[in-house]
Amino acid sequence: MNDLLAGVIAAVNLVITLDNDLVEISLRSLQVSVVAVLIAAVIGLPFGAFLAVARFRYRRIAIAILNALMGLPPVVVGLVVYILLSRSGPFGVLDLLFTPTAMILAQVIIVTPIIASLSHQALRDLWYLYHDLLISIHTTKSQRIWVLLRDGRRALLTATLTGFGRAIGEVGAIMIVGGNIDHLTRVLTTAIALEVGKGDFALALGLGIVLITIAIVINLAVHSLSKTERGGVW
Amino acid sequence: MVVSILPLNLANVAVEKSGKVILGPASWTLSSSGCTIVMGPNGAGKTTLLRLMHGLQKPTVGTVTWQTSFKTASDKQSFIFQTPVVMRRSVLENLIFPLRVRGIPKSAAIEEASIWLKAVGLESFEHKPASVLSGGEKQKLAVARALIIKPDVLFLDEPTTNLDGASTQAIENLIQTAISGGTRIVMATHDMGQARRLASEVVFLLRGEIHEFTDGELFFIEPKTPEAKSFLQGDILL
Ligand SMILES: Nc1ncnc2c1ncn2[C@@H]1O[C@H](COP(=O)(O)OP(=O)(O)OP(=O)(O)O)[C@@H](O)[C@H]1O
Ligand SMILES: [Mg+2]
Repeated sequence: MNDLLAGVIAAVNLVITLDNDLVEISLRSLQVSVVAVLIAAVIGLPFGAFLAVARFRYRRIAIAILNALMGLPPVVVGLVVYILLSRSGPFGVLDLLFTPTAMILAQVIIVTPIIASLSHQALRDLWYLYHDLLISIHTTKSQRIWVLLRDGRRALLTATLTGFGRAIGEVGAIMIVGGNIDHLTRVLTTAIALEVGKGDFALALGLGIVLITIAIVINLAVHSLSKTERGGVW
Repeated sequence: MVVSILPLNLANVAVEKSGKVILGPASWTLSSSGCTIVMGPNGAGKTTLLRLMHGLQKPTVGTVTWQTSFKTASDKQSFIFQTPVVMRRSVLENLIFPLRVRGIPKSAAIEEASIWLKAVGLESFEHKPASVLSGGEKQKLAVARALIIKPDVLFLDEPTTNLDGASTQAIENLIQTAISGGTRIVMATHDMGQARRLASEVVFLLRGEIHEFTDGELFFIEPKTPEAKSFLQGDILL
C-alpha cells in the first residue's frame, strides 16, 4: 500500500515538474510505438481484409499461422531481430542495432500479426453480410477489399488500438534490440524495468502510471477524433 | 441498347448441395421480354433458380449462357434479396454504390441517386445511416439500388414478403414501371395477387424441377398440371 502511494506521489511529481527525462522517454515511447503501429496497420489491415475476401488453397493454413504469430513471444522476436542486425548478421552493415529504428522494426513484427488477425476476424463477419451483394454487383477483388476496409473501419480502429496498446507496453523485444541506452533508446517500459532492477519501486510505479495514462489518453483521443463512439451502431 | 444480353439459356443445369440434387436437371430459356413469376412451395428451389441465373450459384452440371460475356451480362443485372442487404453507410452512399463500382463519377451518381431517392420516398433519409431504416424502407432502398443501374434483367426473390400493404404496393409500382421501361423481370413470390398482377409467364417449381411453364394469364385460370392446380387452391404439396 505504501509502495502504491509512493508511486502515485512519484508520478504526480514527475508530471507536474515536467521532468526532462520523463518527457524525453515518454516522447520516445510514443514515437516508436506510433510509427510501428502505423506501419503495422498499413500492412496488417489490407492483409486482414484480403484474407476475409480471398479464397485460395492455403488460406486456412495462412490464418492459422497468423493467429499463432499473434502470440509470438516478444523476447524471441527481439532475439531474432538482434541477430539479423548485429555486426556479424546479414543486415549488420546498416548499423541499426541499438537505435529506435531497430525498436520500431521489432514492434512492427510483433504488432502486424495482431492487427491482421483482429481485422480478419472482424471483416470476415462483414464479408459474410456483404457477400451476396458484392458478388451480385460484380465487384472486383480490390473493390471488395476496399469496401470492407471502409465499412469496417470502426472495428479496424479497435484492432489498431489494440496493436498500439501491445506496442507501447512491450518491453522484451525493445530491451534486446534497443539496449535501453539513456537519451538514445530508453523508453517508458525499459526505464521501468531498469528502476525495478535498481529497487526504486516508487519511480518505477510512477513511470508505470504515466505509461497507462498515455495509453488511455491516446485511445480516447483517437476515438473522439474519429467520432466512432457516437452516432449509431457502427 | 447495343447488344441484348438476353435470351438466357439454361442447358441441362442441375445444382447439388451436400450430395442432394436441389434443382434440375432442367433446360429452359429466359426470353427477351416480360415478367416471369417463379412459384412453388417452400424449398422447391426458387431461390436456387434465381441465384443460378444471376451467377450467384454455379451449376453442378450444365451451362448458363447469356448472349454476351458473363462480365458484360453481369453489369446489366440486379438482384433483390428476400432480406435486403444494406451496407454500413448512409442511404445515399448505399444507393450510389453500384454506379461507383461501374466507375461513374461521384457527382453524376449523386445526381442520379436524388431521382431514385424521390422515387422510393427516402429523400429525408439521404444522409442517415441505412441501418436506421425499417425493414420496408431497407427493401425500398434495395429496389432503388437495383434499378439505378437501369438493368436489362432484374431478379427479385420474394421482395415483399415482410412488407405491409402500402410498401408492397409501392414496390410493385416500381416493378411495373421497370417492366414498361423494358426491364426483364424474374421474380419469386408467394403472393398470389402479386403474381397475377405482374406475371406474363409463370414457372412452377416442384421439388427442384420445372414442373410447369405457362402463360401468365392461363396459369391462374387453367394450370396444366394437377399439382399446380392444388397449389393455387392452397393445398399442401409434398
Ligand atoms: N447449402 C445447402 N445444403 C443443403 N441443402 C440446401 C442448401 N441450400 C439449399 N438447400 C435446399 O435446397 C432446397 C431449395 O432451396 P431454395 O432456397 O431454393 O427454396 P425456395 O423455393 O426458395 O424456398 P422458399 O420458398 O422457402 O424460399 C431446400 O430444400 C433447401 O433445404
Ligand atoms: Mg427462397
